[in-house]
Amino acid sequence: MTAALEVQGFNRSFGALPVTRNVNLTLERGARRALIGPNGAGKTTLVNLITGALKPSSGRVLLNGEDITAVSQSQRARRGLARTFQINQLFRGLSVLENLGLAIGERDGHSNNMWRAIGSNRAVLDEALDHLESLRLVDDALKLVRELPYGRQRLVEIAIALAQKPRVLLLDEPAAGVPSSESHLILDVVASLDPDIAILIIEHDMDVVFRFAKQITVMVQGAVLVEGPPDEIMHNEQVRAVYLGQEYGHGANHG
Amino acid sequence: MPHFVIIAVSILFDGLAYAMFLFITSVGLSVTMGLMGFVNLAHGAFAMAGGYVVVTLTRTLGIGFVPALAISAVVVGAVSVVFERFLYRRLYKSNDLEQVLLTIGLAFMAIATATYFYGPIPKSVPLPEWLQGDINLGFRSFPSYRAFLIVLGVVLIAVLWYGFERTNIGAKIRAAVDNRRMAESVGINVDLLFTLTFAVGSGLAALGGGLAIQLFGLSPNFAVLYLVLFLIVVAVGGLGSLKGTLLAALVLGIFDTAGKYLLADAGGFFIYAVTVVVLLIKPAGFYGRE
Amino acid sequence: MAASERTIPDRKATRERAAEYLLRRHRFRPAEALPWLIAIAVYFVFPDRMTFGSQVVIMVMFALSLDLILGYAGIVTLGHAAFFGIGAYTVGLGAARLGWTEPISGLFAAAIVSAFFGFLTGWFLLRYRGLTLLMLTLATAIMLQEAGNLRSDFSGGYDGLPGLVFKPVLGLFDYDLYGHTNYIYALVVLAVVFFFVRRIVYSPFGQALTGIRENVRRMHAIGSPVHRRLVTVYTIGAGIAGIAGALFTQTNAYVTLTVFDFDNSAKVMVMLILGGTGRLYGAFVGAVVYMVLEDKLSKLSPTFWQFGIGLLLVLGVLFAPRGLLGLLENAGKYLSKFRSKP
Repeated sequence: MTAALEVQGFNRSFGALPVTRNVNLTLERGARRALIGPNGAGKTTLVNLITGALKPSSGRVLLNGEDITAVSQSQRARRGLARTFQINQLFRGLSVLENLGLAIGERDGHSNNMWRAIGSNRAVLDEALDHLESLRLVDDALKLVRELPYGRQRLVEIAIALAQKPRVLLLDEPAAGVPSSESHLILDVVASLDPDIAILIIEHDMDVVFRFAKQITVMVQGAVLVEGPPDEIMHNEQVRAVYLGQEYGHGANHG
Repeated sequence: MPHFVIIAVSILFDGLAYAMFLFITSVGLSVTMGLMGFVNLAHGAFAMAGGYVVVTLTRTLGIGFVPALAISAVVVGAVSVVFERFLYRRLYKSNDLEQVLLTIGLAFMAIATATYFYGPIPKSVPLPEWLQGDINLGFRSFPSYRAFLIVLGVVLIAVLWYGFERTNIGAKIRAAVDNRRMAESVGINVDLLFTLTFAVGSGLAALGGGLAIQLFGLSPNFAVLYLVLFLIVVAVGGLGSLKGTLLAALVLGIFDTAGKYLLADAGGFFIYAVTVVVLLIKPAGFYGRE
Repeated sequence: MAASERTIPDRKATRERAAEYLLRRHRFRPAEALPWLIAIAVYFVFPDRMTFGSQVVIMVMFALSLDLILGYAGIVTLGHAAFFGIGAYTVGLGAARLGWTEPISGLFAAAIVSAFFGFLTGWFLLRYRGLTLLMLTLATAIMLQEAGNLRSDFSGGYDGLPGLVFKPVLGLFDYDLYGHTNYIYALVVLAVVFFFVRRIVYSPFGQALTGIRENVRRMHAIGSPVHRRLVTVYTIGAGIAGIAGALFTQTNAYVTLTVFDFDNSAKVMVMLILGGTGRLYGAFVGAVVYMVLEDKLSKLSPTFWQFGIGLLLVLGVLFAPRGLLGLLENAGKYLSKFRSKP
């Protein structure tokens, strides 16, 4: 069966510094894969390469078997590739409902309409409210995003990605910056996502990783160190060394 | 000597003099924009102010032209620090538009003030003997003033290059232009650095303004009229780059002069056409980043 | 969490309220009639200032066109006067060289020609942002001006194309010496243009523009064809600026290359900032306030006027970055907070 997402041999450097080194990655339909590794390992860079925000110096990426390497970022999004950012990237001056409305509008082409008023499309409105309901955000529907506490903003960040009805979802540290009292909200949402969606989640919190992931990819210094199911990874010598900083690499922290 | 060689040499000479003026006046703008990302459209006003200070010093106080240039640069540079500390500093985190509007507002105020004190008629300055007249090289004579401008330009380039590339401070500036956060985390006092760079840049602008009097005459509109030129030099050269500003000044200065020599009326076009072409190919300018 | 304790009818009510708000937002509010009523009142109260009145109306339209581009889409340009000038010269040259003096078709022609230029330049230039875009837009406007100057025999140069005569509007309304017809003509055109702009602003497309302005990174990530959107709004803005320019030539029966001046681009930006960007009516407030002040003060002393504008800009950026309408909004919020306190 065709994989939902396939990365083949991604390479990328910033100047003389290689940040992505021959990375291969596959997400099958319904995948639950965690991407872990020390700071500076190149995890977010990889996500940026996959979504098209960055261009690789070599390599290919396939979405449902189709080569999208030459396709623009926004086109990839329209073909079902969604992501969340490590730091919220929301429309802070707009209400939560409008934030979702934008995502839905771009997905179904509604946003090309210059003539009818926003409110005239009841279907878009209802869908946005449905999403908000499933994330318990209806009460905040009309509040401006910048007025919400960070934890709820993070929920909106996920809501936007979900509103794109993605087939592949890339979550970049979804619980980052959220106070521990609220992080369960995020994690509950992540745990209850549609089983058909292929999900890659970058995460540092190992509890989250082991609870959520069926597969784990470990990256260090831009390259994939090892891949496998959680218990294999947990008992892997090299991985332990990386996290305990013993033998692997000399000061593996790159900015 | 064949005719076209004479034309070529004339273009080179005049172009070089023009380029030196462009470089001296614009380099400060390039470095401050590269360092702080601050769009300073009042830069032309500092140049204009420098010119008027020279006018007052030479005409009213009888000070010689060259000393007046030096004094003007120092005075304007010092005053600019006040603007930087109390006004500009508040907008470093603001968006482009607000910076544009604030500095244009300052420029307008400066022009109005200059008009009030000096009137709208272009001013000139008395030049010392050795800057008047020509240097005769047989096939053509060249105005001494322009030769002076070229020599001064070369000297300043050498001094600036040395300061940038060989001194500690220069290294810090280059580091901060390259990656401000990194520089700060390494302990470089970027704020102080910026004030210093801003002062020097404004002082140089004032010097350029003083030098421009003999070339173009000085009227209050200088602040906005020539601002466009400075911005173009900075954009084409790349923000924060000494090399870039120099290259841009040379390319634009010589092309503009060539255009005016060879195509008279249509000549004014060249400088903008070159700008558009360069920016379309290299949007960050010759030596700009990303 | 409170929501789980709510009953189902409660949650539905919240949902309905949210939907209602968005459904109603684009409806005309009574306060919106105000600027138009004032414009009509002016006709009767100041019948001798009607030539000035038409120029104010034209500036409102020019500022409105910039608001679409700058206020809603967030594109910072220093060369918007280029489109005003193109519209002005389409009509001017049409009348002087081709004998095309029918005013309304002239407006259409101007709109199409400037929109076309907007599309052409926008397609190339809108790939850039920041200083690069500022310089490119500025250079384009200057080059157009220089081009006009080169062929000043054709364009009339800085001396202008004088003695343009236009046929009566709709073949019915003759022009009078006091500019009454011109004022009404300009006002009607503004109303039509405004109607379209308002629809765009409240449409999903308009919302997408706001999205691009607020967070272009996010827009790319949700699949928005950002460049296409920007070029579209830039083209529309250019077209409207062209109509304003065309009206300028028609109401003044005269046009010179000064319409391309950087001063013009700067002026319209000041007006917009003064009134408040991204607010539809900011263009009205800003243009009117600016033109009236300029009319009164610059006659007293152009130098003081220039100083005043400069000071206004500086103070505005420091203390009222969202313009007069922004100040009004803040005052409104402050008052309602005050009122709701027990």
